[in-house]
Amino acid sequence: MTALEQAVPLLEAKGVSKSFGTVKALTDASLRVNAGEIVALVGANGAGKSTFVKILTGALRPDDGHVTIRGSEAHVGSPAEARRSGLVPVYQEPSLIPDLDISDNLRLGGVPQGPFLHWVNELGLQGVRLDDMVGRLPLATLRILDLAKALACGPDLLLLDEMTAALPTDLVEPALQVVRKQAEDGRGVIFISHRFSEIAELCDRASVLRDGATVGDLAITPGVEDRVVEMMLGAGVDLGAQSPGSGRGRRHQGRPRLEVGEIALGNKLSDVSFELFPGEVLGLVALEGQGQDELFEVLSGQLRPDRGAILVDGTPVSFRHPADAIAAGLAYVPGDRAEALLMDRSVHDNIALPFSAPLRRWGPLKMRRERARVTNAVNRLQIDTRARGEVRRLSGGNQQKVTIGRWLAAGFRTLLLFDPTRGIDVRTKRQIYPLVRQLAEQGASILYYTSELDEVPLACDRTLVIFNGRVVATFAASDTDEPTLIRAAYGLASRDVDGERA
Amino acid sequence: MTRQVRKHSWNIGLVALLVLLLGVTKLIQPEFGLSGIESLSRAALPFAFAAAAMAVVVIVGGIDLSVASMMAVTSVTAAVLMEHASGGSSVAIAFFALLVGVAMGAINGSLVVLTKVPDIVVTLAMLFVWEGVALLILKAPGGAAADWLTAAVVGGLGGAVGWVPKALILMAVCIAAVWLPVKHSKLGLSIYATGSDALAAFRSGVAVGRTRIAAYAIAGLFSALGGLSLTMLTGIGEPVPGPYLLASVAAVVLGGVALGGGRGGLLGPIIAVLILRLIRLMLTLMAVDPNVTTIVEGTIMVIVVMVGGLFTLKDRRR
Repeated sequence: MTALEQAVPLLEAKGVSKSFGTVKALTDASLRVNAGEIVALVGANGAGKSTFVKILTGALRPDDGHVTIRGSEAHVGSPAEARRSGLVPVYQEPSLIPDLDISDNLRLGGVPQGPFLHWVNELGLQGVRLDDMVGRLPLATLRILDLAKALACGPDLLLLDEMTAALPTDLVEPALQVVRKQAEDGRGVIFISHRFSEIAELCDRASVLRDGATVGDLAITPGVEDRVVEMMLGAGVDLGAQSPGSGRGRRHQGRPRLEVGEIALGNKLSDVSFELFPGEVLGLVALEGQGQDELFEVLSGQLRPDRGAILVDGTPVSFRHPADAIAAGLAYVPGDRAEALLMDRSVHDNIALPFSAPLRRWGPLKMRRERARVTNAVNRLQIDTRARGEVRRLSGGNQQKVTIGRWLAAGFRTLLLFDPTRGIDVRTKRQIYPLVRQLAEQGASILYYTSELDEVPLACDRTLVIFNGRVVATFAASDTDEPTLIRAAYGLASRDVDGERA
Repeated sequence: MTRQVRKHSWNIGLVALLVLLLGVTKLIQPEFGLSGIESLSRAALPFAFAAAAMAVVVIVGGIDLSVASMMAVTSVTAAVLMEHASGGSSVAIAFFALLVGVAMGAINGSLVVLTKVPDIVVTLAMLFVWEGVALLILKAPGGAAADWLTAAVVGGLGGAVGWVPKALILMAVCIAAVWLPVKHSKLGLSIYATGSDALAAFRSGVAVGRTRIAAYAIAGLFSALGGLSLTMLTGIGEPVPGPYLLASVAAVVLGGVALGGGRGGLLGPIIAVLILRLIRLMLTLMAVDPNVTTIVEGTIMVIVVMVGGLFTLKDRRR
């Protein structure tokens, strides 16, 4: 490699910022990729990774800052333009068209068949036919085909977003080898992964993103993982909740409010069992797609498990409809607020819905009582109702409060919170943790799934870790920290996971 | 081989249903024969073009409620211009009518893409606009069709394949001449890709907006063919839209086109049109009350789609 080539990076992004409304997704992101280099882009959930990726690949325009490709300012206005300037991305979701066969997909993207088949072979994928309908292929195959398609374009710079997440182990190794070979041939690779082992094996540097800004750029050396994790998590935003103590983490005794026994569902959940006591906040930690979505859907009556038992206050129950779960006192707050709220209706209507919906209460509504209950919930949650009228005009945090508030008004004994602070500003988060604690102290049982590990010590008494559809670890809140949780969530450092299929 | 069969299983099923129905018709009415098939094909002609038009926009992931109105506009345009035209210029007029159709479709598509108003709203509005335009051109049924045009759909081909109705040939040739080149071009791929998953298509470098406009323009062209066929069949222009809108949606659904877009073709909807027309004919032959006829039609449609859905579901699970 000549000195000149070394001097001009393949890609350089500086001071990139992007806001969506009042939410600052990126404040000061930067990235530099030289020829022949594999750079890991890491960051915790919500650090702005996906926004940064969209800007680099031309799907979004930055508010400020600039991106240069091979030294010249790139005006990457669309994925097609990014491709022309040599940057080929492999996105997290498959980008092949489900209703076309593979050869039609290649024709559509102008990808030559010969090189594509070469790479498919190189990546260790057997038995692929060009007339296979994409929609019928398994996800892992699609990820490999996406990668082969990207490689067949002959990119200068490859961007791999969670490329290996959906791959079985036997396909990961060939994929990593191929990527390594790309770099040896003088191309650049941006590698995004949650798996530190792969980053350590593959990458030359790691660029760390936290809260929308690039906070570090580390060369990968043995043992650097801890340093990276530290940078990802930062000194920790002061979430301002009360410190652990005051009865937190104590052993709960007596009859459990909710007992879940060996629930199994397809290949998503196998033998999940746990107990949830009155007054307890039970945390649930898992990487994406480890079965937590299905568990919540089972508990809220949306899905029926293949096997297993659910006991509420010692009585076996079987939910045929969400209304059954609600009647048993289980209230579900989904992660996607749009799933729970009537966006075009008022705060009042949304909060009043669960307690006026049951069939036996059809007919005239008791308006005064309804108003009192709603007002009570609004006050208790400090919902900002300045934005009058439709719920969709509220901020994300206030919308989340409405989804919780409706159950406060309707009455519940068990609250199923699925990632309640996703995409919520710090101020509102600060209001949500004490609320969760307060509800528990008043006797409610709360199952609290979160994708943000720093919340666990703030809100939970105990924490379950789910990996690959199984509970792989249980921690008391007092003796856990983020690195421990991360390791468990990745299926590491847990005796239960030994011998399991990774 | 089995792959091919599976790929076309819906169409094969429709053909089997059509043959079955033809047999039943023959049983009900022993005189039903070549002339019966000939008149059936003629009656089906405008419906087939309307179904083809609807199918293209549904495949791209949209819907066009103004199909019948566009047919009316082209029908009266052709009839008014042809009334005093010579044979030669009437050919030019026919082409002009087709161009009008393409233009109307392109306007529909552009409005959908540029305004980002939902397609169902835009084309509902355009339904009224094109209806008004047709009435402006011709206030009451009138005008005339060129003789060669009306002759093109009457009777059979003659010769060795004399029994094949001209109307059926015209239908097949026109639709194939428009659709096959499109389907096997990049545009056709883009149409299916956009309907299947617009985001993935965008990421694959498809110009999604232009593809949708093109699909609407093709629908306009088919509507124009439908309008011309109306003028051919009746010999005059008809400014009030016929029952083609809902019939085309019915044929598209029965024809195996996914209403969400991306799946299906034009052959299915066209066979479906023949089936729906044949059912109507059968019920008429059986002297069933016309009001009951529509109930039966609706019921059959739901049953066929349900049964078909069960089969495809089973296929998926396998």
